[in-house]
Amino acid sequence: MDTRTKNVSLEDLQRIVGEEHAWEATPDDAVDGVGSSFVAEPGSVEETSELLRFAAEEGLAVSPRGGGTKASLGNPPREVDLVLSTVRMDEVIEHVPGDQVVRVQAGIKLEDLQERLGGSDQMLGIDPPETKSGATVGGVVAANSSGPRRHRYGTIRDLIIGITVVLSDGTVAKAGGKVVKNVAGYDLSKLFTGSLGTLGVIAECNFRLHPRPEAARTVAVELASTQAAGEAARAVLHAQLVPSAVELHWGEDERLLTVLIEGIPPGVEAQSDTAYYLLRGFGEVRTLTQEEAGSSGPSGAGDEVALKIGAPPAELTGVLDSVLGACSRRRVTPLISGHAGIGVTYVSLSGGDDEAYVQVVEELREIWTRRGGSVVVRSAPPSFKERVEAWGPMGSRLELTRRVKEKFDPRGVMNPGRFAGGI
Amino acid sequence: MEREALIRTMQSILGPEGVISEREQLRSYECDGLMNYRVIPELVVLPETAAQVQAIVRVCYDEGIPFVARGSGTGLSGGALPVESGVLIVLSRMRKILEVDIPNQRVVVEPGVINMWVSNEVAEDGYYYAPDPASQIVSSIGGNLAENSGGVHCLKYGFTTNHVMGAEIVLPDGSMVNIGGGKAPDAPGYELLGAFVGSEGTLGIATKITLRIVRKPEAVRTLLAAFKDTEEAGGAVSGIIGAGIVPAAIEMMDALCIEAVESAVQPGFPQAGAILIVELDGPAAEVENQFEQTLKICEENDASEIRVAEDDAERALFWKGRKAAFAAMGRISNDYYVQDSVVPRTELGKVLKKISDLGEEYGMRIANVFHAGDGNLHPLVLYDNNVPGEAEKAEKLAGDIVFTCLEHGGSLTGEHGIGEDKKKYMPKMFTTDDLNVMQLLRCAFDPHQICNPGKIFPTPRLCGERPGPFRMHPVQRAGLAENF
Repeated sequence: MDTRTKNVSLEDLQRIVGEEHAWEATPDDAVDGVGSSFVAEPGSVEETSELLRFAAEEGLAVSPRGGGTKASLGNPPREVDLVLSTVRMDEVIEHVPGDQVVRVQAGIKLEDLQERLGGSDQMLGIDPPETKSGATVGGVVAANSSGPRRHRYGTIRDLIIGITVVLSDGTVAKAGGKVVKNVAGYDLSKLFTGSLGTLGVIAECNFRLHPRPEAARTVAVELASTQAAGEAARAVLHAQLVPSAVELHWGEDERLLTVLIEGIPPGVEAQSDTAYYLLRGFGEVRTLTQEEAGSSGPSGAGDEVALKIGAPPAELTGVLDSVLGACSRRRVTPLISGHAGIGVTYVSLSGGDDEAYVQVVEELREIWTRRGGSVVVRSAPPSFKERVEAWGPMGSRLELTRRVKEKFDPRGVMNPGRFAGGI
Repeated sequence: MEREALIRTMQSILGPEGVISEREQLRSYECDGLMNYRVIPELVVLPETAAQVQAIVRVCYDEGIPFVARGSGTGLSGGALPVESGVLIVLSRMRKILEVDIPNQRVVVEPGVINMWVSNEVAEDGYYYAPDPASQIVSSIGGNLAENSGGVHCLKYGFTTNHVMGAEIVLPDGSMVNIGGGKAPDAPGYELLGAFVGSEGTLGIATKITLRIVRKPEAVRTLLAAFKDTEEAGGAVSGIIGAGIVPAAIEMMDALCIEAVESAVQPGFPQAGAILIVELDGPAAEVENQFEQTLKICEENDASEIRVAEDDAERALFWKGRKAAFAAMGRISNDYYVQDSVVPRTELGKVLKKISDLGEEYGMRIANVFHAGDGNLHPLVLYDNNVPGEAEKAEKLAGDIVFTCLEHGGSLTGEHGIGEDKKKYMPKMFTTDDLNVMQLLRCAFDPHQICNPGKIFPTPRLCGERPGPFRMHPVQRAGLAENF
């Protein structure tokens, strides 16, 4: 790979994106601890294409970036020469409220988009915690970020209906369209969902929208045991309730299962009552204040090791027991939260050393991979990542996954090494 | 491989019962639900297990024989049209429901399982399988997966792609891969399952499919409203959506369609310029409130008559009329040509007007039945095949309708697929680069292009092979070269 000619100057990049939109990278521009040489902010699809074509000719490794909130997701890249930031591409291209569809440039911040859509009483049905720290829409798609409301609206792959991407050789291609129902051609928008910049740069996205609910209420039950957590979640899941979110919060002081009900006021009232009666058998039930309800969400900042466990939802008790057991044996303190109705559990570890964390992760990975799930390291200090691969085993789809990567990015210059399977 | 040798090889995998080679018998597989295209395959094979599918595909791969997978053959775009000198792999003997997992809300099935069976299987537990194409009593889950089938209730509940959670697939090289998490969410790696669903059988064959099932709603309310014309009915649709209501379904039929349905299945629909069927479901308090609102909106848009289904029987009658629409065309026309284009909902009025103008211009009748909530049109161009030139004229008119929809920001197809039928229109919707990039995916899954070749793309892009009947270059066979 050393045959690449990397005699690129800042001026070369500035010629493409304009003088003020390219600079020499600072330590803040590092991707999971790996420093870059340059940062460039193209202002259009055309500039993105030109920039990537240039990078390809010069053999630069490119790391696309939106809000930069997920720089620690995945494995550290093998190399980064150019950080390609999409933040200048932050326009709403088209929003016709009557169609409940929006077309945006990828660099628009999700928070800004939601505010804009709120003006028409609509929303994009995705609420990742990174919304508040400046996540862009393109970044949310690339990282497949999600939040509590995925219980009702699904993940971003269920909401995206069209995409424009730029491949590493500068080719611009679109798939899907701006209608919700569409089966013409391959669904590349789903393929790019969660691809973490390894297949190309996401330049534009189209989404289906939902009406913004008029009212909301969160009903919570105090949990005495992991058994109660599993049973309460199951009871909610199998009732005829239509909650927007079913969340677990399992900390030192408070252990709750919360059920978020949204909709029109009479519906919210009736469903909250139902939730109340359902949950009462599992512990003390109360309605959370707006402030309490809003403060939830997975932690995972700082130098801790943050994990995401994907497991069949009915195994919630088993997931909790496995985490608590693995941690207590190594004197590690876990903070647990999750989307209890979906089977996603977030765990952040503190109070131990790398060796203890590694053992916890390996033990959990062994258990949950065997049962068809996964344990992904969401963020961790570099010393930890040197010892544990972030994504875990890929099973039988590794070879196919590599073939897809080779076709879309044959020279392997897009975010090399960050993704699952060493891609 | 010689034909006789191929037959013997397949018989050794499947037994004599599992191989059809007599020309007269092969004929019954020459087309799918779209009968305009017919090709007699070299051979039809009927595997009963995933291992047999894998063995069949391996033979095809080694010998460079193209193959096409087929479920119940109800597709409307020629997606399961056989390939001449190719093998047709019919999956209708793989009909086992392998697992019902109520706690995780999953059902695992073989590809030949009929859509409706899944809902029947879990009905007693209070669940159902949400995607409900009109063909659901005969179409298979494997076929639904290949086409990303929709249905009248997908406005609220999504399409097949939102309900398939995992699949075991046989790739065109005979290897077996599991994609999607199945019961667990967020499997690491690319969203290969999302790319596979709706790929119209061109990326491989699903041999085991994990489906999500949905809890039956607490309440369901259905109304039928009659209007002077489609424009007024369209006004009601906009009003309902604009009020922030997400109905389970909103279907529209125009006068010609009502006439046909009435004479075919006598649902007792009112005589009107257009009727809407609107269904709301969900928690009772919410449904009751929004149903009242929906009734009011229909009245405000001058509905001449509104009927509310009093019970399941009456609701079933409304839907019987709607779901019989295509078949009913036989009552008013010898032949018809159906389109499946989609337009943004706010363009519906303009597009319907243009479609009616086109009908007048061509001097042909067009019946409209469509999913008004999501702008998915099904204009039925009526013609008589016995009149020379009419079929061609109908197809041309249907093409003009498609172009009109594209001009208004729509899509070629909402649920029927591109298949053989609409691939010629793909360059109207996508650029050469768009199509080439899509085919990169094809090349990753099927580098030799033996899996349902010739479908979707008007100009198959080579991944290292020459066009036409498949012949592998010896250098490629040795693994020494693969040019894109």
